[in-house]
Amino acid sequence: MSAIIQIENLSKQYDSGTKALSDVSLDIHEGEIIALLGPNGAGKTTLISVICGLVVPTGGTVRVGGHDIRTDWRAARKLIGLVPQEIALEPFEKVINCVRFTRGLYGEAPDDAYVEQVLRSLALWDKRDAMTRELSGGMKRRVLIAKALSHRPKVLFLDEPTAGVDVALRREMWEVVDQLRREGVTIILTTHYLEEAEEMADRIGVINKGQLLLVRPTAELMGEFGKKTLTVELIDPLAAIPDALEDRGLRLSADGRSLAYEYDTRADRTGIARLLGDLAGQGIMVRDVSTRQSSLEEVFMTLVAEPRQEVTA
Amino acid sequence: MSGINWPGVWAIFHHEMTRFFRTIMQSLLSPVVSTVLYFVVFGAAIGGRIQSVEGVEYGAFIVPGLMMLTILQQSVSNASFGIYFPKFSGTIYEYLVSPVGWIEVTLGFVGAAAAKAVLIALVILMTSFFFVGVHILHPFWMLAFLVLTALGFSLLGFIIGLWAKSFEQLQIVPMMVITPLVFLGGAFYSADMLPPFWEGVAKLNPVLYLVSGFRWSFFGLADVPVGVSLVAVALMIAVCCAAIRWIFATGWRLRE
Repeated sequence: MSAIIQIENLSKQYDSGTKALSDVSLDIHEGEIIALLGPNGAGKTTLISVICGLVVPTGGTVRVGGHDIRTDWRAARKLIGLVPQEIALEPFEKVINCVRFTRGLYGEAPDDAYVEQVLRSLALWDKRDAMTRELSGGMKRRVLIAKALSHRPKVLFLDEPTAGVDVALRREMWEVVDQLRREGVTIILTTHYLEEAEEMADRIGVINKGQLLLVRPTAELMGEFGKKTLTVELIDPLAAIPDALEDRGLRLSADGRSLAYEYDTRADRTGIARLLGDLAGQGIMVRDVSTRQSSLEEVFMTLVAEPRQEVTA
Repeated sequence: MSGINWPGVWAIFHHEMTRFFRTIMQSLLSPVVSTVLYFVVFGAAIGGRIQSVEGVEYGAFIVPGLMMLTILQQSVSNASFGIYFPKFSGTIYEYLVSPVGWIEVTLGFVGAAAAKAVLIALVILMTSFFFVGVHILHPFWMLAFLVLTALGFSLLGFIIGLWAKSFEQLQIVPMMVITPLVFLGGAFYSADMLPPFWEGVAKLNPVLYLVSGFRWSFFGLADVPVGVSLVAVALMIAVCCAAIRWIFATGWRLRE
C-alpha cells in the first residue's frame, strides 16, 4: 500500500514557546483509516491543522499525494477535505448552497447531481433548503462532512467527528465513515471516544505532549498492550484466598464465587495452566472460566502513563 | 504558483453578492435615504445661501462628493465585514484549507465589495436626478474613478477586516478615519474656498484627490490635476495589494 501522506520530522513551536509537535514522522497509506488518540492538548489537532494549512509548521515536511504542502499547496489541498472540530457554518445560508460554495472554492465546476448524492448519503437531502442555523448539532456536523466531501477528496480529516453527538447519530457517522472507506477515501480521525477508534480504525496513533508515541494496527496494538483477565467461577464459594495462592495476584469477588486473574498476553508463560493446577491441588472446584480483553481506554492510559519513543509508521 | 483558481474567485464573489441581494432593501434603502437627507440639508438649506461654486449649482456640485462619500463608506464596510464575518463565525478555515490564495480571496471579497459600492453609488446618482440637474462631462472617467476608488477602499476595508479582532475594531477605523477624511476632503466644498493654509493642509488628505478627480469627470473642475488623482488611487491600490499579499504570506491574524 502506497503512502498518500508522508510526514517527516514535523515540528511546531508557537511564539509563546509551547511545543505542540516534536519531530513527528508518519506515513499514512492510501485507503486506510487511521485514528489519532491523545489527551487534550496532545497535538492531534495541531498535526491535522498543519497538514491542512491552518497552522504553519516550524520544521519538517509534509507531502500529500506527493505534493509538498508548502511549495505545491494548491495541488496538495485539492486532495484534502477537512471536517473541523468546531461547528463553523454560515448561519443564514441554505445547506445546499453551503456545499455548492465549498465545491466552488476547490475549483470544481458545479455538479448538482453529485451534491445531491452527497446530501442523500448523509441524510441531508430533505434539509437542503433549510438554513444551517435551523439544524440540530448532529445535522450541522453532517453538513460539515458534506462540505468536506463536496470536491471528492482523496483524504478526509475528521477532527473529533462525533463530539457532542448522541449515540444513534454516532452510529450513523460510523456508517458514513465505513461507506467512505469502501469508496477508497483515506481517513484520518482524532477522537476522544476510544471505542470509536477501536471500531473504525485500521491503525491507531497515540500522541502525547506533541510526540507520536507509536502507530500500530489496531488489532496488533490491542494484542500487544492489551491485558487479559481470566475469571474463574467456583462451585463452592470461598471465604478468603488460600495462603498458598496469595502471591498470584488473584482477586476474590464479594460473594466469594469467582476469582479474577490478570495476565499479559505477550508473556512467554501466562501462568494460567499453573493456576488451574494449583486450584485443583487446593481442592477448589471450578465451574467455568472466561477471559476478557482490556479496552482500548485501558491500553491508552497505559501508553500515556509510560511514554515510549518507538514509532512504527 | 500555478494559475488562478477562477471557480474559487467566482464562488466567493457569488456568495458575497448573494448575501447583498438577500438584504437588498436595507442595502439600498439606507444609503438612498441618507443621500436624500444630504440633499435636503446641504442642497436646499445651505445651497439656498450658496448659489454656485465655480459656476456649478451647489446642489449639483455636491453630487460627486455624496457619491464619493457613499463609495468610501460602502467599500470599506462591505469588504471589512465580508472578511471579518468568516473570522467571527469560524468559517474562515475554509478559505485557508482550500486551494485559494491571496489573489482569489482578495478578488472575490474585494470584487464583491466594490461591485456593491458602485451599484449603490449609481443608485444615488439616479436619486440625485430627482433633485438637481446633473450633467456628466466625462462619463467614462466618471465610471473609471468610481470603480478605481471603490477598489482602493474595498482593499483598505479588506485589510481592516483582516486586522480586526472585534466588531468594535471593525467600526473604529471607518468611523474615526474614513468619515472625517471624506468630510474634510472637499465632498461639500472646493478646496479653493478654504484659506491658503487650510487649503495646504487639505491637500495632505488623500481623499481630496479622489473627490477632485471624480468632480472633474462631472464638471471639468478639479482642485488638483487629474493625473495626480489617478496616481493617488493607483498608488493606494498597489500599497493595499502589497499589504494583503504580505498578510497572506505570513499568515498574520489568519494562521497560527
